[in-house]
Amino acid sequence: MTALLQVRGLHARYGNTRVLHGIDLDVAEGRVTALLGANGAGKTTTLRALCQFMAQTSGSIQLAGQELVGRSTEQIARLGVGHVPDGRGTFMGLSTEENLRLGAYSRGSREGMAQDMERIYGYFPRLRERASQQAGTLSGGEQQMLAIGRALMGRPRLLLLDEPSFGLAPLVVKDIFSIMRRINQEEKVSILLVEQNARLALELADTAYLLETGRVVLSGPSDDMKRNDAVRRAYLGE
Amino acid sequence: MNEFLHQLLAGLATGGIYASVALALVMIYQATHHINFAQGEMAMFSTFIAWMFIQAGLPYWLAFAATVVVSFVLAAGIEFVVIRPMHRAPELSVVVVFIGLLVIFHSLAGWIFGYTIKPFPSPFPADAWFASPLMSAHEVGAIVVALLMVAMLFAFFRFTPLGLAMRAAAQNPASSRLVGIRVGRMLMLGWGLAGAIGAVAGMMVAPVVFLDPHMMTGVLLYAFAGALIGGIDNPVGAVLGGFLVGVLENLMGTYVVGTELKLSVALALIVGVLIVKPSGLLGKKIVTRV
Amino acid sequence: MNTTTSSLPMGAPAPAVSARRAMRWPWVLLAIALACGLLFVLKGYQLFQATMVLAYAIALLGLNMLTGYNGQISLGHGAFFALGAYAAGILMEHAGAPYWATVPAAAVVCLAVGYLFGRPALKLEGLYLALATFALGVAMPQLLKYKHLEAWTGGVQGIVLIKPDAPFGLPLTQDQWLYVFALGVTVVMFLIAHNLLSSGTGRAMRAIRDHAMAAEAMGVDNRHYKSMTFGVSAAFTGVGGALSAIAVQFVSPDSFTLFLSISLLVGIVVGGVGTLWGAFFGAIFIMFVPNLAEQVSKAAPWAVYGVVLIAIMFAMPGGVMGLLNKLRARA
Repeated sequence: MTALLQVRGLHARYGNTRVLHGIDLDVAEGRVTALLGANGAGKTTTLRALCQFMAQTSGSIQLAGQELVGRSTEQIARLGVGHVPDGRGTFMGLSTEENLRLGAYSRGSREGMAQDMERIYGYFPRLRERASQQAGTLSGGEQQMLAIGRALMGRPRLLLLDEPSFGLAPLVVKDIFSIMRRINQEEKVSILLVEQNARLALELADTAYLLETGRVVLSGPSDDMKRNDAVRRAYLGE
Repeated sequence: MNEFLHQLLAGLATGGIYASVALALVMIYQATHHINFAQGEMAMFSTFIAWMFIQAGLPYWLAFAATVVVSFVLAAGIEFVVIRPMHRAPELSVVVVFIGLLVIFHSLAGWIFGYTIKPFPSPFPADAWFASPLMSAHEVGAIVVALLMVAMLFAFFRFTPLGLAMRAAAQNPASSRLVGIRVGRMLMLGWGLAGAIGAVAGMMVAPVVFLDPHMMTGVLLYAFAGALIGGIDNPVGAVLGGFLVGVLENLMGTYVVGTELKLSVALALIVGVLIVKPSGLLGKKIVTRV
Repeated sequence: MNTTTSSLPMGAPAPAVSARRAMRWPWVLLAIALACGLLFVLKGYQLFQATMVLAYAIALLGLNMLTGYNGQISLGHGAFFALGAYAAGILMEHAGAPYWATVPAAAVVCLAVGYLFGRPALKLEGLYLALATFALGVAMPQLLKYKHLEAWTGGVQGIVLIKPDAPFGLPLTQDQWLYVFALGVTVVMFLIAHNLLSSGTGRAMRAIRDHAMAAEAMGVDNRHYKSMTFGVSAAFTGVGGALSAIAVQFVSPDSFTLFLSISLLVGIVVGGVGTLWGAFFGAIFIMFVPNLAEQVSKAAPWAVYGVVLIAIMFAMPGGVMGLLNKLRARA
């Protein structure tokens, strides 16, 4: 299975603060890959670096053979990378439906828009109910669904998810994670999932990387990671 | 009664001008979340450019079109050169930049074109079929133009992907980039459109009040008030507000306080409305959950 | 909890440090010493200009308190400047009050009017408040010309004031004495401002600026503090106005147009929003740069002024104090 995303030697900094110190990472095509680590490990920075957004980076990021370093965030979105940012990034003043339509902006053409919206509403029926409601009035869980839906509207090859469980009630999180499994299988979109909640992430993912202060310290199939003693003690609380 | 109707309609006529400038203000606000305090002076400058084309022998509608294009480009250029570098600066510093632009345009217009009052032609012939004793052809024409512009803008923002993208870019530039919107281009586009709208407004005002550098200074205030009373994020509201302010100003001036105080009274009333409806008559309350 | 949020995001890029640190006495004493030194160096007209700078500085202090520290915008503070000036004029002309009494009187009048204006204006945020204050700034000269108030205001012709002599037979010219008087008032006002801003009140004000909802949740009574800030800010600006009236010896409606309100806004931004010392730099700017611009270009002086404004904003978006703080942080 070829890697859709190949990251080699990724360094990143904000101003004078170095955050990533040479990350190597692969996201296999059609699979779910998890990026784990504690607060401040550099997980969000990694996702931002992949989109060339906010951090200054060096190294190589190859998406199906195309180099991403040096491109603008907008270009990368158009290449088929859908980023669901931490904090959801909802367009608060626009309606739910408008938020979704914006997701399709990077596609260039509007053909298939209606079908895509239908599919998204199929995954997230609550969004259909709130279609013309102002997005800022949606609950946290609904906004998370909206953010994922928005990214999916762009028909991405790679979906980047930044802490989807953050601030959400456990039942809502379970719901969203099961939908993500369906999305991975039905849409055939590769997923790179950043999560603090290691247990949930390892259940969903095929492969996992463990990040600590900007370096990858462990990686492998998620089954192996689940059985690893260090991971179990530090991140699974066992 | 006839006199009242006449004043009402005259108010609507001036209201049409305010509505157009208010529209330009809302345009830039929707695109950039800034109020362009230099809007009036830019519109005045555009009108002088039109005058220059006409003096050079161009027929009216050609000069009109050329001016709209030039104004679009000029405004987009200003966004790129002057406003964009300030995008990380605090809000008030950007306001001062707008003030700087205001005085520059005003002063340049006076220097290049002089301060003597110049007549400016109206595209609507005085004996047109829609002229009446109550409203001149130009007054009717100006109102129709304002309404047309708002209809086009409304449709643009509401129904086109580009319009949606522009609103998104103003509200949340970060998320916009993540969905592939080139935020910089959206900003330039917004400014360009506002410049074009302002030019049209100026060309509608000039035949009535004659062209000189001070032409738009008073108008801006009324336009600002109109945009706010209608709801700053709403093109329809802006136009409605503009008409309302025009009528209010005229009626106040004629029946209540006379020309010196009509400005203050009109504004006081507007502020009163805002206190009751702080987002404006048609404005949307952006509700955020904590 | 739902609220309307349509406010302008306010504030300098980094939190202003000057109010929160203890008063830096060495700098303050040096500044006062320099200011006193000017007394012997400058002559007549220059002393008048220096006095005006002080008056503007106090006014800017007032506006800064409202905008920089409390996050409410005002495009109409010229109205309070005018109110203070006219208070001085009317009291001296019609009530025979001595010049020095008009200063606190102006403060009280403006405090009251400011508070009363602030109370309903509270409901408005950002742009809408800007419009309301804009309306105030525009209305003031018209009100001053209003014929039914002419008996008091002198209508279009305004009121002429008499320049005071130095008291106790001190060997100072009128200009010199006025400068000393203004300096004294300035020092007092700055001390009041500093104490106010460093106190619990000041913290409440800044809390409201930074996150009104959170402040309210912590028990800060937003309505009271916002109106009070408006009142105090108006009082300061009124004091500046009164001083300027005494210095110019004349008040008329056309001295207090919208342009003054805009100049005050420009002044606090150029000086540094949310700083105390910025008031001085801002005052110097609005006093001298228009004249300098005229010397550069007779034909289009305001174009030069506009270019200077934009250039300054590019170079130092945080104003002079912003730049100085940045330099100090690097040193």
